[in-house]
Amino acid sequence: MTLPEHALAHLQQVLRTPESAGERYTLHEPVGQGGMGTVYRASDRALGRDVAVKVLRGDVADAEAAVRLEREARILARLEHPGIVPVHDVGTLGDGRVFYVMKLVRGRRLQEFAGAAPRSDVLRVVLRVCETVGFAHAHGVVHRDLKPSNIMVGAFGEVLVLDWGIARVVGTGRAAARGEARPGLAAPASSGDPLPALHGVPEPDTAPGTVLGTPGFMAPEQARGEPALVDARTDVYGLGAILRAVVVREGDGRGVPRPLEAIWTRALSPDPAARYPSAADMAADITRFLDAQPVAAYREPLTERAGRVFRKYQTAILLVLTYLAVRLLFLVMRGY
Amino acid sequence: MNKPVLGLLLGGALGALDGLTALISAPEVKPEIMSIVIGSTAKGLVAGVLIGFVARKLNNLAAGIVLGIVIAALLALPIALHADPVTGKAYFWEIMIPGSIVGLIVGYATQKFGRPAVARP
Repeated sequence: MTLPEHALAHLQQVLRTPESAGERYTLHEPVGQGGMGTVYRASDRALGRDVAVKVLRGDVADAEAAVRLEREARILARLEHPGIVPVHDVGTLGDGRVFYVMKLVRGRRLQEFAGAAPRSDVLRVVLRVCETVGFAHAHGVVHRDLKPSNIMVGAFGEVLVLDWGIARVVGTGRAAARGEARPGLAAPASSGDPLPALHGVPEPDTAPGTVLGTPGFMAPEQARGEPALVDARTDVYGLGAILRAVVVREGDGRGVPRPLEAIWTRALSPDPAARYPSAADMAADITRFLDAQPVAAYREPLTERAGRVFRKYQTAILLVLTYLAVRLLFLVMRGY
Repeated sequence: MNKPVLGLLLGGALGALDGLTALISAPEVKPEIMSIVIGSTAKGLVAGVLIGFVARKLNNLAAGIVLGIVIAALLALPIALHADPVTGKAYFWEIMIPGSIVGLIVGYATQKFGRPAVARP
């Protein structure tokens, strides 16, 4: 006897879904996949609501991975921001796998959103991502895996930065304790209220040479496996790669304004010192671009400046020209 | 800058300019240019502040522009209906059309720019 394909697929999904009988959360279908875990839609029986549960994947469910997932949950729980999914609970399933529970977010991934939205809307989303990442930096956390598929745009315009699985707490290590803050990150004594050290929770890649991240979106120092060089500017590189990816769709870069191109070019500089010092600085330049102001990353020639001012005040300038044309018309009529 | 102040300044400036351009469209009025500029500026100031107050109450670009034209045209009308005392000529359209365009510009500017009114508790 052969089963229909849809029945087979359903059975396979049931078999893959972790056992949750008797638990507070009943897991349903998977809604996302991260480097370490799978995110399921789940029902919270105690509160009668839908939530998202991230469970360690079966193929990576060792002790170190469990610690990392728990660490991710702790980092997320401490970063309270509208652009970061709130964590509700953390625990262990019957089969010993660690999970954490978060708000269920419905929406589209950034690359999908960017394919259908006007450029200005896409830029506003990238701006919100910069602000969220800037907030994490102010608390000493570097995301290290920024890419369009880790950005969710909700149905009501909310923008969320997801998958903090390989995030690194940088502002609280030994160097920070010595007062050596890294560029763009909060030092322990600053007003940025950095995260306290996560006792007993190792960093994901303490060993030099370990490479974590996504090719095409990770900074050169990250790709070389140099964790000592990771700071806020590592995420600035990721933000630049996101900006370029969502603006230059399907490899077509025609019609991209030079100041906008200059923003991602600066963010994608191989030398961290040549990048924006922080996500907030990059956000400021994107804001200036959206407001038709000159951006810091681009020295504007006079002709382009005149064009930008004309585009900004196009209607007002045309109205004044109309007024002058009417005056001229009366002069001509009078002459005849 | 709030919208009535923006309207006042823009209306005054464009009104003065409007008065001065009479030298281009009707050079024979040169002896009276001072009084024309003063009158036109005063008209621009009054029209500007009225249009600014309208813009503060009404957030609608099309309606703001139409009201700007109407207010400026109404203020220009008594002047346009009078013949020039020196030359004896009437400059109806020469006054009405540019004056209305000034109202259009101020109506547009006060809708697009300037700080809107803040709701008080």
